[in-house]
Amino acid sequence: MIKVREVDVSLVSEAVKGLFLKAGVSIGQDVYNALVHARDRVEKSPLGRSVLDQILRNHDLARDGHLPLCQDTGMAVVFADVGQGVLLVGGDFTEAVDSGVEEAYREGYFRKSVVVDPLFDRRNTGTNTPAVLHTRVVPGDRVRLLATPKGFGGENMSALRVLTPWQGPREVLEFVRDTVEAAGPDSCPPTLVGVGIGGTVEAAAIMAKRATLYPVGRRNPDGRYAELELRTLEAVNALGIGPAGLGGSVTCLDIHMESAPGHIAGTPVAVNICCHAARHAEVTI
Amino acid sequence: MRHASRLVAPLEDEAVMSLRSGGKVLISGVVFTARDTAHKRMAECVRENRPLPFDIAGQIIYCVGPSPTPPGRVCGSAGPTTSGRMDPYTPLLLDVGLKGMIGKGRRSPEVIESMIKNRAVYFGAVGGAAVLISNCITRLEAVAWPELGPEAVFKLRVEDLPAVVLIDAYGNDLYRDGPARYRGGGPSSAGGGAAGAL
Repeated sequence: MIKVREVDVSLVSEAVKGLFLKAGVSIGQDVYNALVHARDRVEKSPLGRSVLDQILRNHDLARDGHLPLCQDTGMAVVFADVGQGVLLVGGDFTEAVDSGVEEAYREGYFRKSVVVDPLFDRRNTGTNTPAVLHTRVVPGDRVRLLATPKGFGGENMSALRVLTPWQGPREVLEFVRDTVEAAGPDSCPPTLVGVGIGGTVEAAAIMAKRATLYPVGRRNPDGRYAELELRTLEAVNALGIGPAGLGGSVTCLDIHMESAPGHIAGTPVAVNICCHAARHAEVTI
Repeated sequence: MRHASRLVAPLEDEAVMSLRSGGKVLISGVVFTARDTAHKRMAECVRENRPLPFDIAGQIIYCVGPSPTPPGRVCGSAGPTTSGRMDPYTPLLLDVGLKGMIGKGRRSPEVIESMIKNRAVYFGAVGGAAVLISNCITRLEAVAWPELGPEAVFKLRVEDLPAVVLIDAYGNDLYRDGPARYRGGGPSSAGGGAAGAL
């Protein structure tokens, strides 16, 4: 007999709403601590330290006042891992996610930044929907929701290319470094960089987005990638771009890589940049 | 760290010419908001000899699209947006009297050249410091194109808005000079990352 657990999609709506209301006004303690560490211990530029100080004071004000910490409250990205033993009832799952996003953006006084069509109809949808929803079916009977409002300072400066099979770690490092250098001040450094390597182009892009959400200081469980993460971080911070791009030692707080088996003929590499306002929240239903 | 100098907007030529790239300032007075669509429309006004929504002589434009104003506050969160997107329109506005811009991100050689010619300055506010900046806004008034929502033109009264001179009226560019100073680990030491030491 197959055991199923019913989950009403209204619970999903409520959860999504709560996640965005939280993420829009506060960052994780890991990023906060990394910013404090950067200001007090690492950054050599006096102007850079003053930028980091403003960023930290802004986080305190936003969190305490329940105010959006950045006016770009982003496009709403939701990663949903739905357990195979879950039966979603009570309505349409995608609509439930969107309705949670809409309510959060209205109640939180968040900016609505989504247009109807990117080319032919740039009217604001007025609700910040549709969300960008990535759903996976996973073992178990839970629904895990990970929500991230993605600002476009970093998104605009992200990049994807396909390496040839004989290109390797060196080319990945150079591609990440060059992407961060081209972004300069526009992606609001110090940033968090996610790199997706392998699979197909869309798989690499989604891995890169997930990788921006890993905690600062977390290393790839594969030692070879862990080492490449650290070497790339060092190369990026040697660029001297610094906080807000005004020059300094801290351009990037951390770089995370995620990889997948690839094709014999090519290696997609996606670089997704997240600004210092690294907002995300998660819950399991 | 040097103290920030106080500036009052709209700007006089003398004040603009005294500013140097890298200097910290606190801006008070009146500034006007405009981002992508408002810039496009204002440039059309100039090209077609129609009046601009406000008298632009000596004014500062702040590239920002604030979030909605919550109850009990003057303005929503209001950090700068990437200003390079306005570059195609900026020289036209500088030619008719715009004296200052607040934003973030690099500007094109054409904009910098026009800033030198027109004696104008580009200030940087910290991207993402949107509540901190919002707290410096003491009045918000809609001026034009309300149908654009956050992209409409607003007149803001600001008090001690913290900014840095990014590009001065002599063409000095902090985005070029600042990172050059810290490239390869900075003036006096080895590199390393923030996380590397955690």
